[in-house]
Amino acid sequence: MDGPRGLGAEAREAAGESGADWPDRIFDVLMEQEVRQVAYVPDGGHARLIRRLHAEPSVRAVPLTTEEEGVALLAGAWLGGQRGALLMQSSGVGNCVNMLSLVRLCRIPLLMLVTMRGEWGEFNPWQVPMGSTTKAALELMDMRVLRAERPEEVGEVVSAAARMAYGGGTPMAVLLAQRLIGAKVFVK
Amino acid sequence: MSGTLDRRAAVAALLRERGEAVVISGLGSPTYDVAAAGDDDLNFPLWGAMGGAAVMGLGLALAQPERPVLVVTGDGEMLMGMGSLATIAAQAPGNLVIAVLDNGLYGETGGQRSHTAMGTDLAAVARGCGIADVRVIETMEGIEALARRVPEPGATGPCFAVLRIAGAEPERVLPPRDAAALLGRTRKALGLSPGI
Repeated sequence: MDGPRGLGAEAREAAGESGADWPDRIFDVLMEQEVRQVAYVPDGGHARLIRRLHAEPSVRAVPLTTEEEGVALLAGAWLGGQRGALLMQSSGVGNCVNMLSLVRLCRIPLLMLVTMRGEWGEFNPWQVPMGSTTKAALELMDMRVLRAERPEEVGEVVSAAARMAYGGGTPMAVLLAQRLIGAKVFVK
Repeated sequence: MSGTLDRRAAVAALLRERGEAVVISGLGSPTYDVAAAGDDDLNFPLWGAMGGAAVMGLGLALAQPERPVLVVTGDGEMLMGMGSLATIAAQAPGNLVIAVLDNGLYGETGGQRSHTAMGTDLAAVARGCGIADVRVIETMEGIEALARRVPEPGATGPCFAVLRIAGAEPERVLPPRDAAALLGRTRKALGLSPGI
């Protein structure tokens, strides 16, 4: 099934599950940076990370009904002294646009981790309009954007973004390439 | 749906014994109502981010579990973030109170009717999302009871209250609107560094 944001027990989740341990590198960075709230709309590519976050007592993992809630949630977390990170699929970035006013005006040290759809072997054309404009939409709202293409660079890229966000106060997004995660396979 | 409560009197009564509560106000008239009750370092007035007030309160309530958090917002703002009530119910922080000033109209934009004037019942929505302590308040006694709830952690999680207010729009009282300065001010009052 193609549930919320394409979550499914198919190739995409398998990539986030099996041989690929890059979600663990992201987890390690979030722990090093003492991130205390992680908000998410589920995506198969983030499945392994989400599971680890729910199992980690020092973190509150907060499922959202729409991605923009996460922007406001983490602004509140920062108001209360906690660092936050926001996980979503590329289709969710468009939902965040006006709410990112909070990040810009309040100078929230936000880190967004975005799994990409619609850019590499994508079967579902509905993923392409937002997938092809994800980076531009983030930059329009004054987010700086880094990108990870290969499993071995994920930890380094996320770590660099986290230092800019939490250390320097620059709102950051990391795009996790669809090629890295694997295109979702639809089986009849 | 509108009622007869005077919005300024209701908000002033709600805030009179606020103690150490942080107050987040939703854009438009609720922000002016909170400002009219007096400026405070623990006020964070929103002038935008429509739909985000309640869930911003959630993030703060989770970060500061010992601190009462009160969100004062309007029916239009709450309607835009209705899904966040499901998110809030799932996290169930006892230190969060959401007070929705419901007059069934969009006061900032010409008084157009909102969905709560067309049959949408925000209290039923909150209950349906899983919030147990849901109140519909039509009297000042109800406001006073809600004010007593703010500093008391809720045993069943957050409290969601619909305040049935009259449609009258009092004169605007404008709080500061430099968001970074306001955020830094509140963080400092909470014993945190103002920024990163």
